[in-house]
Amino acid sequence: MKFRKAISSPYIHHPPYSTAGMMFSVILALLPALAIYALLFGWGVVVNAALAVGVALVCEAGMLAVRRRPLFPTLGDGSAILTALLLVFALPPLAPWWLTTVGVAFAIIVAKQLYGGLGFNPFNPAMVGYVVLLVSFPKELTLWSMPLSLAGSSLDFSTTLSYIFSGSLPDGITIDALTAATPLDTMKTQLGLGRTPGAIAASEPVFGFLGGKGWIWVNLTLLAGGLWLIRRRVISWHIPVALLGSLAAISSIFYLLDSAHNASPLFHLFSGAAILGAFFIATDPVTAATSNPGRLWYGAGIGVLIYVIRSWGGFPDGVAFAVLLMNMAAPTIDHYTKPRVFGHGDRDA
Amino acid sequence: MEVASTEGGKRRRGMKLWSFHGGIHPPGHKRESTTRPVESAPLPKELVLPMLQHLGAPADPVVKVGDRVLKGETIARPGNFISAPIHASSSGTVVAIEERPVPHPSGLSAPCIVIETDGKEEWHPSREPADHRDLEPAEIRDRVRQAGIVGLGGAGFPSFVKLNPGKTVKTLILNGAECEPYITCDDALMRERPEQVIKGAMVIRRAVQAQHCIIAVEDNKPAAIDTLTQTLRSEGVTDMEVVAVPARYPAGGEKQLIKVLTGKEVPSGGLPIQLGIVCHNVATAAAVFRAVELGEPLISRIVTVSGSAVGGPRNLEALLGTPVPDLLRHCDTDFEGLGELIMGGPMMGVALAHHQVPLIKTGNCLLAVSRSEIEQRPVVRPCIRCGNCAEACPVNLLPQQLYWHAQSKNLDKIQEFDLFDCIECGCCAYVCPSNLPLVHYYRFAKSEIRAQQEKKRKADIARERHQKRLERLEREKAERAARRARKQPVTDESKKAAIQAALERTKAAKKESSPDEV
Repeated sequence: MKFRKAISSPYIHHPPYSTAGMMFSVILALLPALAIYALLFGWGVVVNAALAVGVALVCEAGMLAVRRRPLFPTLGDGSAILTALLLVFALPPLAPWWLTTVGVAFAIIVAKQLYGGLGFNPFNPAMVGYVVLLVSFPKELTLWSMPLSLAGSSLDFSTTLSYIFSGSLPDGITIDALTAATPLDTMKTQLGLGRTPGAIAASEPVFGFLGGKGWIWVNLTLLAGGLWLIRRRVISWHIPVALLGSLAAISSIFYLLDSAHNASPLFHLFSGAAILGAFFIATDPVTAATSNPGRLWYGAGIGVLIYVIRSWGGFPDGVAFAVLLMNMAAPTIDHYTKPRVFGHGDRDA
Repeated sequence: MEVASTEGGKRRRGMKLWSFHGGIHPPGHKRESTTRPVESAPLPKELVLPMLQHLGAPADPVVKVGDRVLKGETIARPGNFISAPIHASSSGTVVAIEERPVPHPSGLSAPCIVIETDGKEEWHPSREPADHRDLEPAEIRDRVRQAGIVGLGGAGFPSFVKLNPGKTVKTLILNGAECEPYITCDDALMRERPEQVIKGAMVIRRAVQAQHCIIAVEDNKPAAIDTLTQTLRSEGVTDMEVVAVPARYPAGGEKQLIKVLTGKEVPSGGLPIQLGIVCHNVATAAAVFRAVELGEPLISRIVTVSGSAVGGPRNLEALLGTPVPDLLRHCDTDFEGLGELIMGGPMMGVALAHHQVPLIKTGNCLLAVSRSEIEQRPVVRPCIRCGNCAEACPVNLLPQQLYWHAQSKNLDKIQEFDLFDCIECGCCAYVCPSNLPLVHYYRFAKSEIRAQQEKKRKADIARERHQKRLERLEREKAERAARRARKQPVTDESKKAAIQAALERTKAAKKESSPDEV
C-alpha cells in the first residue's frame, strides 16, 4: 500500500499487481513453454523469439514517436513483448525472418497502435498478425519443423540463423527433411481420406500420446504456466475453463456419435493452440468480455468455434479465427451480461 | 493485510449475516492510535467555528464581534430546515466573524465565528439535564436539533431529521463498523464510554419508536464488542444486540451495513427508512445522549490523529473549532516531513490544501502522511479492462465502463451505467493495476451532469419566461386593438365631417383674430 499525491480520494492504492506486472507475469508463465519448444524443435524458436521481440519493440517505439507519446512507460509495460512471444508460438520454428517481421509489425502497428495502443485495440494483436500471415502466406506457414526427435537431421545455431535470414541450407539437407505436416493438419487430411482417427494416430509418426509428439510437452508446459497464472490471480479461471470445457464437450459429442470420423476430445484439447489460446490468448483482458458471466460465454464461444473451424473449416486449426470472431462479439456479450446494480430490481437485458 | 478476528464467527451466532459484493481488505493501521486512552486536547487560544459543518444550509450568526460567549451558548442558528445551530465550544470573546480557510480540498474560505478563549470554560446556564423516558419523541428531536447534532460518521447530515422518520421503524442500527483504515475514534468511544453509546441508542430508539436495535461493529474490534456486550449485560439491557460484522471495507457504508445485517438492499436513490430501518453512527448516539440527558450541545468530538508523520498517534477529545495544527502538535507531528494532511480516512477523506483549518463536527480523523510515504508520480497506464474494479465494487457497477464514458464525456451513456449509484468508496481505484484515479473521473462526471441539469433548469425557466412574455405582448396587442375597436369606428364620412369641422373652427378663429393682425 502506498499513498499517492491525488486530486481526490482514495489516497491509498494497492492493486494485486500492476498492469506491467501482469504482462510480465504472463511472459514469465510463457517462458518455460518457450524453452521446451526450443529444446524440442530447435534453435529456430530462439532466433524467432529474439527477432519478434526486437521487431515489436522497434515498431512500438516508432509508432509512439509518430504519435508523440512518451516512450518509456509504454515500452516498459511488456505488452509488445508479450504480443511478439505469442506470435512466436503460432509461427513455424524455421519461419523466414520476413515472415516473423511482417506478422509482428502488422500486429503492433496496425492491430494495436493504429487503434490507440494498449487498451484500445478491439482485436487481439498477436492473432491479427497471425491471421494476416495465414491468409497471405499459407505455404510458408505449413512448413512446420518436425520435432527434433523425428527429423532426419537438425540444424545448429549458425545454420539456423543463416536459413532464417537467407533461406540457404547446408549441403545435403533439404527442407523436406526438417519439416512435416502438423498433427492437426495430418489428422484433417487423413480424415478427409476416410481413415479413422485411431488408425491415423497409430500409423503417422507425428503422433504421440494425447496429441502430437513434442507438441504435447509444449502444451503441458503451457498448461502448467496457465494454471500458475490462475493461482496467482493474474487471470481468472472463467475463460480457460469455459473454452476448454466447451471444446471438450462439443468434441465429445461428435466423438461419441461417430468415433470413426471424429478425433477424440483429448486430441482436440492437446493439439494445436487450444491450451495456448485458452490460457494466454483468449484471456487478454483488453479484447475479452469483462464480467465473469460474460467471460464464460466468451470462452465457450471460442471453444465451439475452434471445433467448428477445425472440423468443417478450411484451416487445420481455428484458435486465431475463433478468438477474433469472439473479440467482435465481446462488446455485445458485455452488454447482455451487465450485472444487477445494488438496490436495483432485476435488470432488463 | 489485516487478518479478521477469528472470534468473529463465534460472536455472530444467533444472528444470520449476509454479504455484499466486492469490497477490499486494506491494511488497517488501527493499532497505532489505540495504544493509549482518549486524551483531552488542550484548550486552544482561539476557536474557529465555520457556519457550515454539516450537510444543508449554513448557520446564521446570532452574536456580534466583541460579545462575550459562554461554553455551550448558541452562536449561530440553523439557516434552514436542513441545517444545524453552532455553539461556542468554550467561554471567551467573539473577536471576528469573517471568512477563514475551512476543511475543503480547494482550500476554500467560508464564514466563521472566531472566539478568543478566556480559559475559564464557563458553561452557559441553559444546560438542562433530563431523563429521556420523561420526554416525548418530539421533545427529544427538538433537543437534538437545538444541540446541533449531525452525523458524526463523516456525512454530517442533521440528525434530528433522521429522528423523525414519519414511518414505522422496525430496526435501529447503530453503525460502529468504522471500516476505514487508520480511524479509531468510534472504537475508542465504544471501548471507553460504552454506556454513552448504549444510552444514546435508547434515546434514539425512543425518538423513532424502533422495535429492535442492533449495534454493529466490525470484528476487528473485539475489545469494543466485548465492552459493549458486557455493559449491556450489566445494565440489564436485553432488547439490544451487539453484532460483529466481518471486517471488509466498506462494511461501514450505510447501505452495505444494512445489507450485511438484514440481507435487504436499500433501493437505488432511496433511504433506509423505506425498509423500516434507521441508521446512526455510534458517536452520534453518544452525542444524542449528552444532548438529551445532560443538556450538552455538540461542542467537542473524538478525533483520531494518526499517520506516518505523527510521532504519538492517539485519539483526542477536542473542542470543535480547535485549529488542526494545535492537535497535530499535541501528537508530536513532524511538520517538516509532512507530505499530505488528510481529514478523514485514506479511502474517502479530503486532502487539505491548508493546514490552518479548524476541527469541525464531521472531522473523525486527521491523517498526517510523511513525504517519504507518498509516491509523487505514480505511472498511470491505460485501462486494460481487467475487470478488477468491477470485482471490487460494492455496488456491483462496471467501473471501467463508467471510466470510459466519463473520459469521453458521454454523460447520457454514463448514467445508463448507473453513475449516481456510485458511493465513491474508492475500492475500484484501490485495485486498479493501471493506477487510474477512477473515482476522480466519476466525481467529474457527476458534477458535469449536475451542472448540465442546473443549466437546463435555468434554460427551461428562461424559455418559459420568454414564452410568457411573448404571450403577454400578444395579449396586450390584442387588448389595444380591442380598445381601439370599441372607440367610434372611423369611416370616410366621419373623417370628412371632422375635417370640415376643423376647417370651420380655424376660419372662425381667424375671423376673431384678424383685427389684431391689422
